[in-house]
Amino acid sequence: MQQRRELDQVYTNRKLLNGQLDTPKWWLPTVSILGVVVLIGVVVIATMINKGLGVTGLARPVYWGLFITTFVFWVGISHAGIMISAILRLTQAEWRRPVTRAAELLTVFSLLTALVFPLIHAGRPWRIAYWIMPYDVARGIYPNIRSPLIMDPVAISTYLTGSTLFLYIALLPDLGNLRDRTTGWKNAMYTVLALGWRGNPRQWKMQTVGGILLSALMLPIFVSVHSIVSWDFAIAAAVEGWHSTIFAPYFVIGAVHSGVSAVVTMMALMRWLWKWDDFIRPEHFDALARLLIVVATGWLAFTFLELTFALYGQDAPEIALREMQMFQWPWNALFITFFLTAYLIPVPMWLFKRVRTNIALMFWTSILVNVGMWLERFLIIVPGLARRTPFVYTWEAYRPSPVEWTIFIWSFAWVTFLMLLFSRFFPLVPLFEAKESQVFTDDVMIGRAKVPAIVREAD
Amino acid sequence: MTTAEFGSHNWGMVVDVDKCIGCNACVIACQAENNIPLNSQDRVERARSISWIRVERYWEGDFPDAKARFIPIMCQHCENAPCEPVCPVYATYHNSEGMNVQVYNRCVGTRYCANGCPYIVRFFNYWEPVWPESLRNHLNPDVTIRSRGIMEKCSFCVHRIRRESRSARSAGVEIADGAVQTACSSACPTSALNFGNFNDPNSKVSKMKEDKRHYTLLDQFGTDPNVIYLAKIDADKKVGSGAAASHD
Repeated sequence: MQQRRELDQVYTNRKLLNGQLDTPKWWLPTVSILGVVVLIGVVVIATMINKGLGVTGLARPVYWGLFITTFVFWVGISHAGIMISAILRLTQAEWRRPVTRAAELLTVFSLLTALVFPLIHAGRPWRIAYWIMPYDVARGIYPNIRSPLIMDPVAISTYLTGSTLFLYIALLPDLGNLRDRTTGWKNAMYTVLALGWRGNPRQWKMQTVGGILLSALMLPIFVSVHSIVSWDFAIAAAVEGWHSTIFAPYFVIGAVHSGVSAVVTMMALMRWLWKWDDFIRPEHFDALARLLIVVATGWLAFTFLELTFALYGQDAPEIALREMQMFQWPWNALFITFFLTAYLIPVPMWLFKRVRTNIALMFWTSILVNVGMWLERFLIIVPGLARRTPFVYTWEAYRPSPVEWTIFIWSFAWVTFLMLLFSRFFPLVPLFEAKESQVFTDDVMIGRAKVPAIVREAD
Repeated sequence: MTTAEFGSHNWGMVVDVDKCIGCNACVIACQAENNIPLNSQDRVERARSISWIRVERYWEGDFPDAKARFIPIMCQHCENAPCEPVCPVYATYHNSEGMNVQVYNRCVGTRYCANGCPYIVRFFNYWEPVWPESLRNHLNPDVTIRSRGIMEKCSFCVHRIRRESRSARSAGVEIADGAVQTACSSACPTSALNFGNFNDPNSKVSKMKEDKRHYTLLDQFGTDPNVIYLAKIDADKKVGSGAAASHD
């Protein structure tokens, strides 16, 4: 069901390399503004490390707040990459092609951003070296591997390494392409990065095999990363809202929901900013929205299960917590917003093909999903801790401070900034994927009949 | 709790809630003994005050028969502590004397332990601690001053235990029952707080905890605390109430 113009290869090259070979006019102002926001964020982070965590709004009993919420949010977004490029690659979904790189990039940059949060939210960030590494083997003082906070860096750094390799392998043919079209220092840079890519059959074979192997190797990470992040909460036996066995699959599917939505947001932006209407087409949005309907509904089922499990035990503190989470100000407003934005508004809209192929609507609904998914994490983490325990001494609310909000905004500016910086030097849509999908749907004339040049089982 | 697991000591506390008059002397004694920064109004309002032991008020019964009760709460030194397995750097662990100890130098301040603690008796240092000039010379030289960014909590006055065990060892004798007293237990005017060795069957605390009024706080979490409470005796009721600290 590929509906599009037939594109020749010269047009494909020129169009998809427009970010590298001739810079769009909006690029420099946008990057400068984002750069200023990033700089402000860095200054605020430095000030916080210098002054201490007293500048945040954290207070007993809410020891984790906006930072950990945003950490979980960005790890969730990072599931976009593995979903799109690994799973869809292994299942040979043809429509994944133009978005694979954008999704992988989102993975790498959101993981880099996510990693910042647990580090800066530690009381003594300058001491975190021995959190992640055994710092004194001679005395046998190892990190405590029972702690999910040790499993976290292991899982995330594995994911980051895998995604970076994946991104790089997929970039090789395009780097060769850019090397052949540039001069001066850029040419020198692409020459080094392309690792002698000439596009001969042996190189193509190795590149393809490498990509498939990495996809398969990264599948376990797909399950492990967000499961481990969820265990940060799930193992706390004394926090009613956290202690749930369903958290691992619940968090994973929520992560896919928010990650794939973030890819939709990015695709719409790419289509508008670089005018790639020929490559990122409504059919791609249509396919992603269909996937999202399934994922979102699966996620909704888990949400209900979590609530059912919580209420089934009829444990008074648990019921009190849920009552607070859903019916007490200000959590009730957040809860309603969360439910509307994460499911009730976008998913029924996606049921209509007219919405699925409308890029503006897809853009806004995908943003809504991520607003909702951020709120979901916030509603798990903060009310979970702010519950009213039997001890009145600890009855206290949490209000994020301006410092926390600034760092929260910084994280979004930082990811966008990195993306745009990347787009200046490397193509965001993989050229070879675009051409390959073109070839797969090429027609040849046999006599007067037009027949597909290649017949594949997958389509 | 198996007593054989430990060496000769398994330190613990028995809190007779019936004797507690809520005078807060323990709170002040602890504050002075352990170099805890002053809880200024600002810190209390922002819920960042540090109080290793606190006297909680709770209500028993329903209005109009409600009764205000109070109960001192400090780190319960759980045998099965939720705070210990979650610390990534082993800054909190269980030692061989039945105590849950905090290693300040190792702590990086993830605050995960505080999230795990059902009693909420772990405190975070949001700022570098400061004392007025007049109080500088009053600091206890035996107790480390905690810098900002780390967790702290009741240590069962571990420096006092160490001091007694050192002098007992050099004298070649066992630590006598009652020789070690925590700051709070020595300050308690009604002997509601009793500190001692649960491994010695003849110690005062071992005998006290056999009382049929004994219970542990929030035992539904299975934390197996080393702080044992003795329930309040209600003169109006025939049976001792508050068997499981049923405060609201």
